[in-house]
Amino acid sequence: MNKIKIRINDIVCRGEKGQTVLEIAKDNGIYIPTLCNYEGIKPQGSCRICTCMIGGRMMTACTTPALDGMDIVTNSDELEKFRATIVELLFAEGNHFCPTCERSGNCELQALGYRYKMMVPQFPYSFAAKDIDADNPKIMIDHNRCILCKRCIRRKKEKDNPNWFVFKKRGAKVQINIDHELTADFTDKLAQQAMDTCPVGAIIRKEKGFDVPIGERKYDKNPIGSDIEGLKE
Amino acid sequence: MGESKSQKSVEVNAENFSECCSCSCKNIKTILAKYGSDRVRLMDILIDIQTNVGCISKESVKEIAENLNISKVDVEQTLSFYHFFSEKPTGKYAIYLNDSAVANMMGRSDIAKALEEEVGCKFGSVTEDCQIGLFDTACIGMNDQEPSAIINQRVFTNLTKEKVKLIVNGIKNNFDVNDIQIEGYCQATHKLITSNVCSNIKKEGPILTKDMKVGDALKKVILMDPNDVIELVKQSNLRGRGGAGFPTGMKWQFCRAFKDEKHYIFCNADEGEPGTFKDRVILTERPELLFEGMAIAGYSIGSDEGILYLRYEYKYLQNYLEDVLSTLREQNLLGKDIGGKAGLNFDIRIQFGGGAYVCGEESALIESAEGKRGEPRDRPPFPVEKGYLQKPTVVNNVETLCAVTKIIHQGPKWYRSLGTLDSTGSKVMSISGDCDNPGIYEIEWGFTVNDILEMVGAKDVQAVQVGGPSGSCIASNEFKRKLAYEDLATGGSMIIIGKHRDLIKDIVMNFTDFFIEESCGSCVPCRAMTVQFKNKLEKIYRGNGVQEDIDQMLEWGKVMKMNRCGLGHTAANPILTTLKNFRELYTAKLQKTDYVSEFNLEEAVQESCAAAGRIPNLGGDHE
Ligand SMILES: Cc1cc2nc3c(=O)[nH]c(=O)nc-3n(C[C@H](O)[C@H](O)[C@H](O)COP(=O)(O)O)c2cc1C
Ligand code: SF4
Ligand code: SF4
Repeated sequence: MNKIKIRINDIVCRGEKGQTVLEIAKDNGIYIPTLCNYEGIKPQGSCRICTCMIGGRMMTACTTPALDGMDIVTNSDELEKFRATIVELLFAEGNHFCPTCERSGNCELQALGYRYKMMVPQFPYSFAAKDIDADNPKIMIDHNRCILCKRCIRRKKEKDNPNWFVFKKRGAKVQINIDHELTADFTDKLAQQAMDTCPVGAIIRKEKGFDVPIGERKYDKNPIGSDIEGLKE
Repeated sequence: MGESKSQKSVEVNAENFSECCSCSCKNIKTILAKYGSDRVRLMDILIDIQTNVGCISKESVKEIAENLNISKVDVEQTLSFYHFFSEKPTGKYAIYLNDSAVANMMGRSDIAKALEEEVGCKFGSVTEDCQIGLFDTACIGMNDQEPSAIINQRVFTNLTKEKVKLIVNGIKNNFDVNDIQIEGYCQATHKLITSNVCSNIKKEGPILTKDMKVGDALKKVILMDPNDVIELVKQSNLRGRGGAGFPTGMKWQFCRAFKDEKHYIFCNADEGEPGTFKDRVILTERPELLFEGMAIAGYSIGSDEGILYLRYEYKYLQNYLEDVLSTLREQNLLGKDIGGKAGLNFDIRIQFGGGAYVCGEESALIESAEGKRGEPRDRPPFPVEKGYLQKPTVVNNVETLCAVTKIIHQGPKWYRSLGTLDSTGSKVMSISGDCDNPGIYEIEWGFTVNDILEMVGAKDVQAVQVGGPSGSCIASNEFKRKLAYEDLATGGSMIIIGKHRDLIKDIVMNFTDFFIEESCGSCVPCRAMTVQFKNKLEKIYRGNGVQEDIDQMLEWGKVMKMNRCGLGHTAANPILTTLKNFRELYTAKLQKTDYVSEFNLEEAVQESCAAAGRIPNLGGDHE
């Protein structure tokens, strides 16, 4: 018997043993916002935005395995407010100048900013001096835009070879660090893969861009989560 | 976030360094071979290189990466996470002066000034001849004898300007730090302990009293069924002493239930919570009790390998503890066929940390012991199921494991007769701050805060910080509360803050900085909100705050519950608990209007006007 039943926002949802709460919610048309999660790579709850009340406790939906009979709340006013706060924290922590960013319209952070109707963050911008690492022939790492979700790190980690991307330092000083020697012969395909993995415009391919004009990009047309929430009908 | 000023000066100096100082490690091959080129032992490799030559250079990183078959950035990932590892040279003598709240209360700033004068360089930098480096460090577990510093692993306590002169003089004469003689220091407990650290035991209880023969409990245990041993521990109602208070017997039972080819037992001696130093004293005075407890735990969960994860700050205990371990091996209490029981094997090794508070969190501790950055793991799975090297693992605090030995020796009934119904046994407390007799007090659970204040000679008390920065700061209306899991729970420390202190500046700001520095940086609220808190706190302290700022902080506090681990959950506690218990200190600093600009135009243009020789024109009336 691998089938399980859980309750999400008072709706009975069916799924299979081994699925996470996030996966079952998605299959049942319930959208839980995520940033550090990426389909196909091992989840690691670092952005915390998918935090839900699971059995009365705050837990991340992306990392919590669903157990038969679980009771989950994903959308209370308080949780939604917390999520909005996380989005605002990220905007204040980095330097996100959307109009000049190649990722605008395809960016998950920007899309969540719209979802939470953020006009201006409640936090003062840090305007921190951050670098752009352009040493790689194929990609640029723009630390101004990096939200430290670790997707690039984890995508690589699935395989057994050495890590290309890692974290450096800790706390508020933490940043993404790329191994320039190992990535020196990056193919176009790998460069595209790295860019696609990034939720924001922190990994950008060189000499390539604006294939899809602004206004016609993913979230320009449909707000984030609408694909999942649309399933309801 | 911008680099702090102090770090810049390291870099400036390090530039000169590359010409005059070399920090290439000639023994690197031997070091790598010593750890079998095992990636899991990266911490040990980095520690050995750092202690050998005072830094881990780019060349060393390259060699390590090639040897361990990992990428260079992977080595840098671990290296850059820990406070005591450095890519830049730290000098032949690296002086780390404690910057904890209590160190500052005890006159740290004068010592810092004296050091800068005597040494001839600023904090965060190294002298031009590459001999001496000066650095800050978080609480080194010496709160009862501050100000203190670590120099090349030796701890110098109760520093005065005179002692600073003597020490720096010794260093300038190229003495080995261990040969620097200073009068009036207390005698070390054992000849292998080179630091003159006082144990300051003021009250002994079941753990600190030496009233049992080493090995008696273990010999009893190995004749029993492991499940029965766990049953005894459960009957004692022993709960973890590391802070979370999880029932110890239950933890062991869970771990034992996960069948696997290997199980591990870790002793958590990271003791990073500022103000806590009881594990240091237990390790100094009762290490046999601890190691016996680890062996008992190992027997109970079916493990043949124990690891003592010891904070780098306590490296001066290494030779002594290794010596205790070899004596235990000689006595057949560790090693093979323990107590003559064929096939019963258990041994212990010491794993050092590299300076990171978060590594006290059990899953971060395991990550660190695997040679990685100390980032807490997502749970589930818990360590009892998938811990060290993905094997079932028990992590217990030093004091917990010592209590186990006594429980086995004297029985759970005896143990339950101590303390309260829900909190059985004793608690070793680290007491520091404004009182006559700081030190170690082993009390039964159930003592009130007032009882303790009286015992330690504390007068004119403004506040008591219970359980360190992650705990709470309480006012006199709560001093009648009992120390117990069911009332005022604590991992074991109290910092007493006198009426003459500036609570917000001396305590709250220091603790807030501590959490910013020590966050692993993974969770958004822990990494970014802590910085927002600090800015807000400074705004209020400067006198630019309004009521809304306080309301905002209270709201932000709730978001901290979203973080992954206990560090993030408690990082705002210094602010939140003082907002709750000392609100008047904050409101007294507020402006009585709804809005005050954080920006002062007059101040902002002062420098440029002075440079240009102009009088600032701030709009308003023209002259
Ligand atoms: C940030 C953080 C730091 C911690 N530091 C320590 C520590 O220094 N020593 C300790 O025993 N437990 C520490 N803990 C608690 C451990 O995670 C764990 O609960 C404990 O080691 C379990 O042992 P016990 O059951 O014997 O208490 C810390 C927890 C957190 C979240
Ligand atoms: S570079 Fe992109 S994918 Fe990598 S951590 Fe930063 S935001 Fe995430
Ligand atoms: S709460 Fe803080 S220390 Fe803990 S995992 Fe998250 S970022 Fe790291």
